[in-house]
Amino acid sequence: MGWIDTVVQGVLLGGLYALFATGLSLIFGVMRIVNLAHGDFSILAAFLAILLMDALALNPLLSLVLVVPVMALLGYGLQWHVLNQLLGRGLLPPVLVTFGLSIIIQNVLLETFSADSRRLNPGAIDTASLALGRGLAVGWFSLITLGVAVLVLVGLQLYISRTRGGRAFRAIADDRTTAALMGIDHRRLYATAMALSLGIVAIAGVFLGVRTTFTFSSGPDRLLFAFEAVIIGGLGSLWGTLLGGAILGVAQTVGAKLSPGWGVLTGHLVFLAVLLMRPQGLFAQPRRVDS
Amino acid sequence: MSLLAVRGLDAFYGDFQALFGISLDIAARETVAVIGSNGSGKSTFLNAVAGVLPVTRSAIVLDGIAVGGQPAHEMVARGIVLVPEGRRIFPSLTVEENLLVGAYRAGSGRWNLGRVYELFPRLAARRRQPGVNLSGGEQQMLAIGRGLMANPRLLLIDEISLGLAPVVIKQLYEVLATVTAEGVTTIVVEQDVSQVLRIAHRVVCFRHGRLSLAGRPDELSRARIAAAYFGV
Repeated sequence: MGWIDTVVQGVLLGGLYALFATGLSLIFGVMRIVNLAHGDFSILAAFLAILLMDALALNPLLSLVLVVPVMALLGYGLQWHVLNQLLGRGLLPPVLVTFGLSIIIQNVLLETFSADSRRLNPGAIDTASLALGRGLAVGWFSLITLGVAVLVLVGLQLYISRTRGGRAFRAIADDRTTAALMGIDHRRLYATAMALSLGIVAIAGVFLGVRTTFTFSSGPDRLLFAFEAVIIGGLGSLWGTLLGGAILGVAQTVGAKLSPGWGVLTGHLVFLAVLLMRPQGLFAQPRRVDS
Repeated sequence: MSLLAVRGLDAFYGDFQALFGISLDIAARETVAVIGSNGSGKSTFLNAVAGVLPVTRSAIVLDGIAVGGQPAHEMVARGIVLVPEGRRIFPSLTVEENLLVGAYRAGSGRWNLGRVYELFPRLAARRRQPGVNLSGGEQQMLAIGRGLMANPRLLLIDEISLGLAPVVIKQLYEVLATVTAEGVTTIVVEQDVSQVLRIAHRVVCFRHGRLSLAGRPDELSRARIAAAYFGV
């Protein structure tokens, strides 16, 4: 029973990792750039929730109603005013700029909120659990996290496959120049993609803050886990991101069960094994090369 | 007043000048064939008109409004739509999605999915398949259909028959004749001179980035066209 519990907890943890990874995967899929400040934006969202908790006495889960749109607006503005200016200058400038943003965000958070560990308290849901029988129980909050991750992925999948905007996303990912001949302004679409990405990672950041303590410098670790989930699942594959997150989560909980210090290490080892044996990821869709 | 007035159009690739002072008027509902040898500037001309290449504002005048220098996506919104050389079908989109993405900024007009499928029944039969799985001829039909979905005021078609079998080219020109007969103003770049002259109201020839000939097909002799084309 102990091992079943470990695997179940790992899958639930994977829901949180999938939320971190989805925005990263979306941005890479549409723009072919990597946002190195992705994890820091999630922590920024968690601190925003703290501000709202302090100022309005808002439950952190309710604060998402404000935090998500604010982060989405920030994402739109960031892409429109900063990252779009770097288009067509190669892969390195966006990497350097987002790396710089990561450092700026961490320092602003340090100056504003100090280096103290913080946590978001959602109330009774934090400790509530659902008994599954035979001594097995899962936390309601972990279930909610996984449920939200699935909902976000279903929503994103429907948006990308069924809507006018989603078709435009796929068109610019295929061929930006030809997409312009259809009347698609890629700069506007890129800004929309970044807004979606930061909106989703805002949910991840607040959920992280409820689940565990965080500091101004917790972002890069989250970025690493997001990367690992994306790469295990397969670059550009949305559902692969969820499965990648679950595999990473299970690896970490199994590792931690073997020895308390092995959790993160085991996750990294599974990631490395996938990278060595199937670098395109376990669930990657084959990508056609445009002639 | 002409629908499109090109005035002293210069176009560059970096420091290399590809077009020199092109001036041309195109009336509404007119079909103009652009011919010329490889590298003469035909495709550059279409790309410049469609906003793919930077040009001066006054060089492109649409319905009396100077629109030159605007990006390609804005030109589409104004009704100038380019069907690019090589078809450029979106690989991750199905046939129907390729058509729908063509209507992203569609103006009002008669073209919609139903009309395009009526024009190209083979596309309707393969609507759920990835666009890149089609044959070359079907991909060209898809590219033209995608262009029509935008309800263009001016349709630019680059190298319509390039790499296609003669029987397919014949079919495409039959369809194109239908499209132009419905009043879509069209500029067609083509190397197969005999085909395009059958449907064109007017032909212009490019040579070394300059206009070397312009006139109605019935008033131009083969010898004059050959002279303008080859510079002999």
